[in-house]
Order: sequence, then structure tokens, then C-alpha cells
Amino acid sequence: MPPMRGAMGRPKPKLENPGKIFFRILGSVFSNYGVHLVFVFLCIIISVFASLQGTLFMKNLIDDYIKPMLLSEGPADFAPLARAILRVAIFYLLGAVAGYAQNVLMIYVTQGSLKNMRNKLFERMEKLPIGYFDSHARGDIMSTYTNDIDTMRQMISQSLPQMINSVITVVSTFVSMVVLSIPLTVVTLVMVGVMMMSSKFIAGRSSKNFVEQQKKLGAVNGYIEEMMNGQKVIKVFCHEEEGMAKFRELNDSLFESADKANAYVNVLMPVNAQLGNVSYVICAIVGGILTIFVPASSPFSFTVGGLVSFLTLNKNFTMPINQISQQFNSIVMALAGADRIFKLMDETPETDNGYVMLVNAKEENGQLVECKERTGTWAWKHTHRADGSVDYKPLCGDIVFDGVDFGYVPEKMVLHDIVLHALPGQKIAFVGSTGAGKTTITNLINRFYDIQDGKIRYDGINVNKIKKADLRRSLGMVLQDTHLFSGTIADNIRYGKLDATDEEVKAAAKLANAHSFIKKLPEGYNTVISGDGANLSQGQRQLLAIARAAIADPPVLILDEATSSIDTRTERIVQEGMDRLMGGRTTFVIAHRLSTVKNSDLICVLEHGRIVERGTHDELIEAKGRYYTLYTGNKIAE
Amino acid sequence: MVGRILKEVKQYTFASIITPVSMILEVVMELSIPYLMASIIDKGVEAGNMKHILVVGGYMVIAALFGLLGGLLGGRFGAKASAGLARNLRESMYNRIQSFSFSNIDKFSTSGLVTRLTTDVTNIQNAYQMMLRIAVRAPLSMIIALIMAFSINKKIASIYLIALVFLAVVMITIMLNATGTFNKAFPKYDALNESIQENVAAIRVVKAYVREEQEINKLHVAAKNIYDIFVKAEMKISVAFPIMNLVVYACIILISWIGAKMIVAGDLTTGELTSLLAYCMSILFSMMLLMMIFVMISMSIASMKRVSEVLNEEPDIVNPENPVLEVPDGSIVFKNVDFSYHKEGGEPVLKNINLDIKSGEVIGIMGATGSSKTSLVNLISRLYDVTEGEVLVGGRNVKEYDLTALRSQVSVVLQKNELFTGTIYENLRWGNPEATEEQCKEACKLACADDFITSFPDGYETHIEQGGTNVSGGQKQRLCIARALLKNPKVLILDDSTSAVDTATDARIRKAMREAIPGTTKIIIAQRISSIQDADRIIVLDDGEINAFDTHENLLKNNEIYREVYESQTGGSRDFDETEVS
Repeated sequence: MPPMRGAMGRPKPKLENPGKIFFRILGSVFSNYGVHLVFVFLCIIISVFASLQGTLFMKNLIDDYIKPMLLSEGPADFAPLARAILRVAIFYLLGAVAGYAQNVLMIYVTQGSLKNMRNKLFERMEKLPIGYFDSHARGDIMSTYTNDIDTMRQMISQSLPQMINSVITVVSTFVSMVVLSIPLTVVTLVMVGVMMMSSKFIAGRSSKNFVEQQKKLGAVNGYIEEMMNGQKVIKVFCHEEEGMAKFRELNDSLFESADKANAYVNVLMPVNAQLGNVSYVICAIVGGILTIFVPASSPFSFTVGGLVSFLTLNKNFTMPINQISQQFNSIVMALAGADRIFKLMDETPETDNGYVMLVNAKEENGQLVECKERTGTWAWKHTHRADGSVDYKPLCGDIVFDGVDFGYVPEKMVLHDIVLHALPGQKIAFVGSTGAGKTTITNLINRFYDIQDGKIRYDGINVNKIKKADLRRSLGMVLQDTHLFSGTIADNIRYGKLDATDEEVKAAAKLANAHSFIKKLPEGYNTVISGDGANLSQGQRQLLAIARAAIADPPVLILDEATSSIDTRTERIVQEGMDRLMGGRTTFVIAHRLSTVKNSDLICVLEHGRIVERGTHDELIEAKGRYYTLYTGNKIAE
Repeated sequence: MVGRILKEVKQYTFASIITPVSMILEVVMELSIPYLMASIIDKGVEAGNMKHILVVGGYMVIAALFGLLGGLLGGRFGAKASAGLARNLRESMYNRIQSFSFSNIDKFSTSGLVTRLTTDVTNIQNAYQMMLRIAVRAPLSMIIALIMAFSINKKIASIYLIALVFLAVVMITIMLNATGTFNKAFPKYDALNESIQENVAAIRVVKAYVREEQEINKLHVAAKNIYDIFVKAEMKISVAFPIMNLVVYACIILISWIGAKMIVAGDLTTGELTSLLAYCMSILFSMMLLMMIFVMISMSIASMKRVSEVLNEEPDIVNPENPVLEVPDGSIVFKNVDFSYHKEGGEPVLKNINLDIKSGEVIGIMGATGSSKTSLVNLISRLYDVTEGEVLVGGRNVKEYDLTALRSQVSVVLQKNELFTGTIYENLRWGNPEATEEQCKEACKLACADDFITSFPDGYETHIEQGGTNVSGGQKQRLCIARALLKNPKVLILDDSTSAVDTATDARIRKAMREAIPGTTKIIIAQRISSIQDADRIIVLDDGEINAFDTHENLLKNNEIYREVYESQTGGSRDFDETEVS
């Protein structure tokens, strides 16, 4: 088994370079939705402008329109008011339309960006070498798709437009404030400084507690997952009480952090809002002093109208700052999420320099000729790099290991000097205790991992020269851990050959002896498998995996404990079918069951990554060596 | 449903009450501030009255302080109440699940339970906090503003009322319309994540079959579907905000026009008009908040439903009244037992089972995949209840025993077994919390686990990772057997528990058990004939029925199924594999 490297626990949300990440998000959104975003920007400007017009109108309504009517002699003239209302109505309408357009555009931007991100993530993930999956916990990978993408949605759909909006409002308001009165602007800025400091203080506290909360939430979720998975064991051991006590402990500790983290977030808004009010009062007092006591000749003098306007601006200035500080936590979380997303996107994919291809072939006049249709004969198409000439070599299934060394990490070799020659049509078995390196050997043939030293040749061709896809297509694999995919039973069998007919599916199922249980399922072949086939027994799942391999009809087959959960009687029937299928094809078998390996042409006994014994069953029994002790109870009888 | 959730507020009732009360204080202070502001401008600045500015400014600071107090208290207790509710919900659910029987667990599925305990609780926590804080705030400020507006001018205030009703109808329609689409969207989203998860888990299969391109295309389609349906759902909501804006604007324009006419006619003062316009904003802003709450709550309704399903689920196996606490011996009797996993009209998986097993016997069970071997033994420790007939252990119906008593004396090593995070000692002591180190070692020696445990650098203190990923399959199985042995049971059931253990070790384990615990009834399910052939008697199960129940020798003579399996494993020739262990 490959080692798990630092798989447990998510990395702490520590950001190397938040600015860089932020601009990378912007960049990735912009590159796909640049035009959309330009329009969003315009829409926001229009909305801000329209609501500014509205505020102005409300302020001028009385002074400029109603008061003159009251003061004027004779019947009131409503025409100027009507015109003003009409004008503002147009602005309002524009504002609403711009708001709507912004919403709609942002839906496309957000959902589209998420779609692109998911696609990119998945495309990259599918191309990563197996080693990546060994060293990263499944939960962590999944969390990138769920939690991290989720924080991105928040970021793109809410924080981003909010930030644009705030920046526009702050800048335009600031300019107006400076124009109106520099001393009052200074006062306002000082107060904003105080607000920012308090925000920073509270947000700092809150994010510390948030990190703590996330950590404890992780612990609680991990515990829940473990306990729910082991729920049946808990029942069998009547371990409910102990489990509950431990859970209570974790849960209480989560409560404490959640309580604190939320409390800090909750007080941020009231504190800033009230500081805003204080800022307003101070401006009013300072402004009052300026208006009343400073002579009109001074450059700092001020009018009543000016003060009223300034006070409105003061409100407009502090509000967006409040809003941004509210979003502080979600922005930090989104950046941390984005960091993980980009890390996965930046992983180096599996490299493939192979150029030898696998093609269907048929014999014409004693010569191999490439053809489209499936003939049951395959050939390696070897295009020589030097002159571009092509020659075909029949696929026989002759596999040679020549002094192969391998380790998952360079410091720790798990296979040493493996020498092996599988002749076409032979059945080669690997036996040995867990961890001896049986699975590893088979994983080298299909290049899930690349070897450190030595050579593996497939029909005389170094496997490094064969295109990985073609190499793997030529090797059928049935693994001990069967994985099924959501979909019907038929879909899962068809996984081995996408264009298989219903008849072929049924034939493969019959060969794997899966037909009889499938028939009994309520929907037969159309029964939908859910949650990795949880509704099937382990043995039934293995039968399906075998059917899946059978339908692929591969030239070489690797069976890694493929029948370990199938009862021996069924296994024998399956075996007969397989033997028929594999007639004349090379097979590699890993098993601890004697009946599975007994009729092999060559049995290799592995110990600590070395082949310590090899031979046929009879030869090895005769030798009374490791194989003999491994498969008889004699050891303890001595 | 909501009531069931609210029952879990318990000790956080005080916090749940103080939060809205504080919010009321905050709202009242907040609404008084515009009054004071107006006063500063009208009577202070415009009148050039510095004293008024200072006095009212002072009031305003005081109001701000009270507002702050309300805000702080509301924030503090809102956090406590909601985090507390989440805590109680998790704990109640967790405890409830502990009382579930196997069939209850089957019903929910593991991942279903995990989601309910995690994501769903978080959703409810957020919604509850929102409810306590904003759901009080928004309607309150709306009502106060409305009352103020009506006290100033009924005619104009009624415009608000009409606008509000109109908005409410439009918004609810939009929401209901969108909720339907969202409800359709979320399962698709789950399905997408599930298929990604499958790919992560089954990456070797994907790569072995060179299906990367196909999987990528599948995901592209799924991602496109998600995109389409979420765009559709959000489009339905996207009109909501602009419509609201338009209504606000329409109100302002209407009020300006009508107000101007009334002022000219002398029915309204300019100051009153200013106030009315201010209230207009506040009313409609509250309306927006209410909408947000509406969305939050409707999103959490699904979560509430899922959580209350767990809380309301009745465990279908419970302790009897006056339970029997002692299992007298290890005898087991099945009388005309039928069993089906689905109560109503389900296909029976066990049919007409009659068995009589004496205390101390060693019984082997064999049968093809799906012949209900596991189902049969699960009835003995009452992990499931029989559908028909009865199961007797120690001469009494299993339904009469205390569940803990029964299960500690009928020890099962499950086929799909789990180790838990913690040291090997801690895992072993699941079997018996009081077991001494010697007893643990003794059990491990019996289960042939001592050797490999002592070869670990940390020995018995070795930390087991979640799911037991750092020990091999065979090691895990042996640890599980040792754990079960520590219970010192009267009946020991091994459900295919040595499948990953090599034949030699398997034989040693059986030999050790036969010698060390001869009085314990042992039931062994195995694929390997060698594991069961030295049993006193062997049950041959075929498709849920007992095909034969006899000794190895007799079965070999008389039972075709048994003989066939035997021959398939030994090749009918010399018996290397099954060398007799003496």
C-alpha cells in the first residue's frame, strides 16, 4: 500500500500572498467575463448616480420647489415640480434598470465562473498521477469542490460587486466632501480611522476565533463521520455511552468557539454604526461652530446648506466602510479557499511521452494491417521518430521485468530487483503477506507509478514508450476495492466498453456470474446504484467489477484480490468463465486464496519487496519453502 | 417540525429572549437618532443655536451609547442562543442516533446522518440567529415607522400600506416560484458532488480503463446543468430587488407630488414631509430585510425537516420492561424464523429457519454470496428483530434481555468492521473498559495479534488512524477479534472475520480459541472450508434457507453444495491447504 503523507487534517488557513490570490481570482473571472464585468461596472456607476440624484432631489424638493410655491403670489405653479419629478423619475427608472442588468450579469458571471472553475479543477484532477491521491485525503480534495467553491461564490457574487460599489461611493463622496469643507473632511477621516481601528481589533479577534471554530468544527465533523461509519460496531459493543460523552466534550468546545466567534462578528456592526453616529454628531458640532462663529470672510466659513449636505455625505462615507468590514471574514475565507483551489489547479499532471500506440489489426498476406473494427487482434503501432516510418508489432502479452526497483518515496524502496518474465498466455500469480509489494508490481505494469531503476518491457517495447492510455487500454484491471459509479447496473458494466450492446452487457454479466443476482433486483439491469453501490454486498460488487473487466475484453488482465469477497463456489464458476475469456491471454493474479492461484503457470512469493520463491504450485509445495508454510498450517504444528 | 427544533433551545431560552429585547432597544435608539439629527439641523444649525447643538448632540451620543448597548447585548446573546441551539441539536441528534437499531441506521444511511449532524445544523444555527436578531428588528422598525407615518398623515401613510401589500404579494410570488427551482437545483448539486467524490475514490478504476475524457465530459455536462438550473433559479429572484427599488422610488415620487399639493393647500408642513420621506426609506429597507429572512428560513426549512426526522425517529428495538440481565448459557435456538429487512411485504431473506445449538458448540456457516449468512447471525444479538418466529439465547427469547447485557454476552465480529481513532489499547478496551493490560495482551495473543502489535515501535500504544488505515486488512481483523474476545462472551460470532488473514494464522486463531475458551459457543461464517471444517456442525445456507446442518464428514457425504465447494477449494486431491492442525 502506498503511504499516506500528511493526509490528516486540513492545512491551517494561512495565506502566503492574499493580494496575489485576489488578483488571480479577478484575472480568472475577467478573462472569461471581461465584457460582462465592464457592463457591471457601468451599471454600478449608473445606480450610484441615480440614487445620488434621488438624494439630491429629496433635499431640494422643499427648498427649491415647494417653498417658492408657498411664497409665490396667486395660484401655485406646479409645472417646475412636475418637470423635476419627471426628470428624477427617469433617473430612478435608469437606476432600477441598471440594478436589474447588474443582477442578471452577475448571475452569469458568478455561475459561469464557478462552472469554469469546477471544470478546470476536475480536468486537472483527472490528469493527476495516482501518487497525488495517495498523499491527499479524499475529504480534503472533496472540500475543494464543495466548501472552497462555495466561498468563491460568495466572493464573486457578493463581495466583488459590493467592493466595487463601495469604492465608487467612497471616492465620489470623498471628492464632494473635500470640495465642501476641508476641516470637516479631516474630522470625518479621523473618525473613519477610529472605526477602522475598532473594526480591525474586533475583526482580528473574530477571525482568530473563527479559525478556532473551523478547527473545532472539523474535529466534531470528523468525529461524527467516524462514529456514523462505525455505528454498527458501536451498537455491537454497547459503546453508546462512551461515544456520547466524548461527543459532548467536543461539541461543548465547539460551542464555546462558535459562541465567541459569532459574538465578535455580531458586535462589529453596532459598534461601527454607533461610531458613525458619533462621527455625525462631532461633524454637526464642528460644523455648527464653523457656521456660527467663523466670519464669512474666512476660508473655513460655512453655510447652513453646506453643513446639511456635508452631514448627508458623512453618512454616505461611513456606510460602505461598515459594509466592507462586515465582509472581512468572508473575504479572508474566500481567499483561503481560492488558495486551495489554485493549488490543486497548479498540481503537475501525469506526464506521458509515449508514442507507441495500440491499434486493432488484422492479418493480410502474412502482414499485420491496421484496421478500424475490433478484430480481437491488436498491434503496437510504432512510429519511428527518425524517419517517420511505421511498423506494426503484434500484441502478445509478453511482459518482462528487468531488475526493477521502486519506492513511493525515494528514501524508501518497496520493490527490489524484481526480475520476471511472463510469456504470452501465462497466468502469473503473486502471493505473500500484506505489504510485501504485490499490488505495487501490478501498478508498475500500467504505469500508475514510474519505476526508479530497471526496465519493464511489454512485447519487447519499453513501457515508457507506450502511450499511457493505450498501455492501460491493453490491461484489464479488477481491484480488491471495487468502486462502482452512480448509474444503473448496466451503465457500470458498460464502463468497460462504452458502446456495448445490451446483449454484450448481459453476456459479460453471465460470464462473471453476476446475471443471477442482477435478475433478482427489482429493476434488473436498470437498477440504480447509489453511493458507490452501498446497497450491494461486497461480493456482488466484485462480480460487477469482473463483468466490467470482461466486457472490456482486454488482451492482458490483472486481478488484484478480485474474488476475495466471493464465496469459493461462485468463484469457481466465475473462474471458469474467466479462463474461457482469458484463454491465450496473459493474466496477473494477486490472491491469498489457494484455489485462486493454484493453477497458475508461475507463482511468485513476495516478501519485503523481493521475489523469494518462484515456480508452479507443485514445485513450490515440493520445495517445502515459504509458499508451503504460507498455505499450510504446518508452521504451528512444528 | 419547527416546534420540535425549538424544543432544543432549552438552557438558551434566556439568551433567546434577551436577544430580541436588546434588538428592540437598539431599534428604538436607532429610530430616535434621525429625530435628534433633524432637531440639530432645524433648531441648532439653521437657528445658529450652538447650545442646542451641544445639548441635542449630547442626547444623540447617549442614544448612540444605548443603541450600542442594545447592539452589543443582542450580538452577544444572539451568538450564544444560536450556537447553543446548534450544540443542543447536535447532541440530541447524536444521542438519538445512539438509540437507533440497525434498521433505523440502514434507513438513514451513514452519509445522510453525517450531513444532518453537520451542514443541516449549521444552516439552522444561521437561520436561528437571523430570526432572533433581524426578524425582530425589521418588522419592529417597520411598524414603528408606519405608526409614525400614520400619526403624521393618514392619506400619505396609506400609500405605504398599499406599496407594502403590493410588494409583499410580488415578493412572495417570486420567492415561491424561485424556491421550486432551487429545490430542484440542490439535488443536482449534490449529485454533482457525489460524482466528483466517486472519481476521487475510484481514480484507479478511471485510469485503468482510460476513462478520464469520458469522466471529464460527464462532469462538463453536469456542471453545465448546474449552471443552467442555478441561472434559471437566480434569474427568478433577480427581478425582486429592482422591483423593490422601483416601488420605493414610486413612493417617493408620489409622496413628493401629493405632499407638495397638500403643503400648498396648507394640509401638511414641510417638516412633516421630510419626516414622511425618511420613514419611506426605513419602511422599505425593513421590507428588504424581511425578504432576506424569508429566504434564509425557507432555505433552512429543508434542514429543519431533515433534523427533525432524526429527532422524531423511533428506535425500533428498545429495551423490554423488566429486562433479564444475565444470559445463562450460550445455547441458541431458532424457531420457525422468517426475516425480512423491509417490514411490509419485503422479500424475506431468511425463510423458516429452525436451529438448535448447544452451549459451547462450534458452528460453521457457509453459503454462497447473498445466501443471508450475515442476516442469520445478526438476529442472535438482536441487531435486527425477526419478522416471524423467535430466537432464543440461553433458553430465553432475545427480546426479553437487556440489550446491553445480551450484546456483551453475545459478541459479534462484524464483516464490515471498524477501528476507531485512538491507541490499540483504547480500541481493545471497547470490549471491556476495565480490561487490564495483561488481559488485553492475552486476548491479542489468542487472536494472533500480539506478534505484529509488539513489532510496532509503539506497541500497544500505537495510534490507530481514522478508519484503521494504518494497519493492514488482516491486522485489522485480528484486532477486531481480540476486541470481541475481551468481552468474555458466552457466544462469539465471527462473520467472515478472518478473510484477510492467511490460512496458517487463521488455523492458529481457531486452535487458540478452542483451547482457551472452550465453553463459549462459537459461530464462524467463512468462505474458506478450512476455517469451518473442524467445527462441530456446519450450517449450509442456500438462498435464505437451511440446506443442511451437519458435521463436516456427513456433509461431505450427503450434501452436494458442500461437497462442490470443498472440491473447488481443495481440487479434490491431496489436501495441502487443509493440513490437519493437531
